[in-house]
Amino acid sequence: MATINTDDIRHVANLARLEFNEEETEHFTEQLTRILDYIGKLNELETDDVPPTSHIHPHQVFIMDSETEASHVAKPDVVKPSLPREDVLANAPEAEEGYFGVPRVVDRSH
Amino acid sequence: MSFCELTAHVLHEKLKAREITAVELTESVYARIAEVEPHVKGYLTLTKDLALEQASRADAGFQNGDDMPSLAGIPIAIKDVICTQGVRTTCGSKILETFVPPYDATVMAKLHEQGVVMLGKTNMDEFAMGSSTENSAYQITHNPWDLDTIPGGSSGGSAAVVSADTAICSLGSDTGGSIRQPAALCGVVGMKPTYGRVSRYGLVAFASSLDQIGPFTKDVTDCALLLNAICGSDAMDATSVDIPVPDFTQSLINDVKGLRIGIPKEYFTSALDPEIADRVHTAIAVLESVGATVEEISLPHTEYAIATYYIIAPAEASANLARYDGVRYGYRNDSPEDLIDMYKTTRSEGFGEEVKRRIMIGTFALSAGYQDAYYRKAQKARTLIKSDFDAAFEKVDVIATPTSPTPAFKIGERTADPLQMYLSDVMTTPASHAGLPGISIPCGFVENGLPVGLQILGAPFAEEKVLRVAYTFEQNTDHHQQKPQIET
Repeated sequence: MATINTDDIRHVANLARLEFNEEETEHFTEQLTRILDYIGKLNELETDDVPPTSHIHPHQVFIMDSETEASHVAKPDVVKPSLPREDVLANAPEAEEGYFGVPRVVDRSH
Repeated sequence: MSFCELTAHVLHEKLKAREITAVELTESVYARIAEVEPHVKGYLTLTKDLALEQASRADAGFQNGDDMPSLAGIPIAIKDVICTQGVRTTCGSKILETFVPPYDATVMAKLHEQGVVMLGKTNMDEFAMGSSTENSAYQITHNPWDLDTIPGGSSGGSAAVVSADTAICSLGSDTGGSIRQPAALCGVVGMKPTYGRVSRYGLVAFASSLDQIGPFTKDVTDCALLLNAICGSDAMDATSVDIPVPDFTQSLINDVKGLRIGIPKEYFTSALDPEIADRVHTAIAVLESVGATVEEISLPHTEYAIATYYIIAPAEASANLARYDGVRYGYRNDSPEDLIDMYKTTRSEGFGEEVKRRIMIGTFALSAGYQDAYYRKAQKARTLIKSDFDAAFEKVDVIATPTSPTPAFKIGERTADPLQMYLSDVMTTPASHAGLPGISIPCGFVENGLPVGLQILGAPFAEEKVLRVAYTFEQNTDHHQQKPQIET
């Protein structure tokens, strides 16, 4: 498993859209090192021939009964009412003309 | 005895017989809240006006002589991670301080069909990440049995209010033990149903392959009633499983003759508090004395469950929490330089430290070059943990263990050391990986008076066996009837 340094923390923070000051960066580097060191325990396990589990009840959820489609994970393609636009926008920090408002992302001069 | 101390099934009989009204009952609970909530601090939001309206509606039904559902008029508290239409839902986070859901979670719609009275929303670790409820952005919840200790977490508020009689019952959510562990530490009944039993539509997502909603109650009968109300498949949640939901009250049978109970030796290590080990062994002896067969079993990959959990849960959380970007709801930094800066400042100011730590672990574990070494490896370890349980359930009907390795610890005791805090979940995460149903029921007290929980686990969708064993234990003991003396 890996060792991590402050540059790794800055890189991961950027991926996660978080930012830390120098002190926080040091702090997270130290803590994540300890946590990943503990997690390294998993290397004791021989897992080459072990399939990964991504869903715990794959059979129940993904088997499709062609008669009833009872357990089929896909839904019929039917239009249903959505939440009213104004109710959804009521939680937005900024809304304008029925849209969410965000800082400008395109430069008008071009 | 005041009404707020009673169970839902006893209160239902009183409501039906018109010995009390739902309004009187609701007032009784709010009177108790006025008395002890300033010390317990289990609620983030109280909705008294709404509750009294709901109570009046239930009373009208009872007065009419209608055939009322078992939970009609019953005051219930809801963990603040479950969306409640028109009632603020914060997830214990500053980033959702102003969020008012425009819809009800499926479990809320189901509870409203029953005619429940919603008392308010309960405190929790931010985004359900924690084992003590100390990660709430708003307040510290105190364990009613000793106000200097934590109530467990992440559903600490939901456990504390049932224990303190400031709610008759409540809902929580369990990802790695967040119902079972606080239930044990607060001396109440808490159950995580099988993954897929309960719709998670409207449950704010933490780790989607693990999250499940479940009840906190004062006894096993109430637990069965709440399960009856909330279980069932839902078109709005593709992970909810479409299999028949039994009437769980039919499992309330005081008889375990012929049932085989497995005791996994890996749970009884030197890390387990000796007093807890003693109370759990005594509890197992009670079940044996009334006819259960007890045998030692082995779940050899138990020791890898925490490491596996602290990859899988943060990885899924890092993806789920990407939605908090200051655009659609919640907090936004109002003077960003540009869009990317808005994301970064909003998230850095809105999330607390533990949430950031988990997002960092998860993002790292999924990042280029590390995904196979961490996330994939953890998914494989998860298969091994699940296989242990599959093999065990070939031989036994249920598995009994302690719920928590220690009783409630002091506020502040573990906050400086995240890894130490993570190890609080050592008894509950294995079953989470396997998606199993698990209950924690009161099974005694340590010498200083703090409650101890017995965890009973079943095979997937075998809630009925779990309830039957829990009910039998309860019928043969009186631990669940003990009440904390809250110093006011």
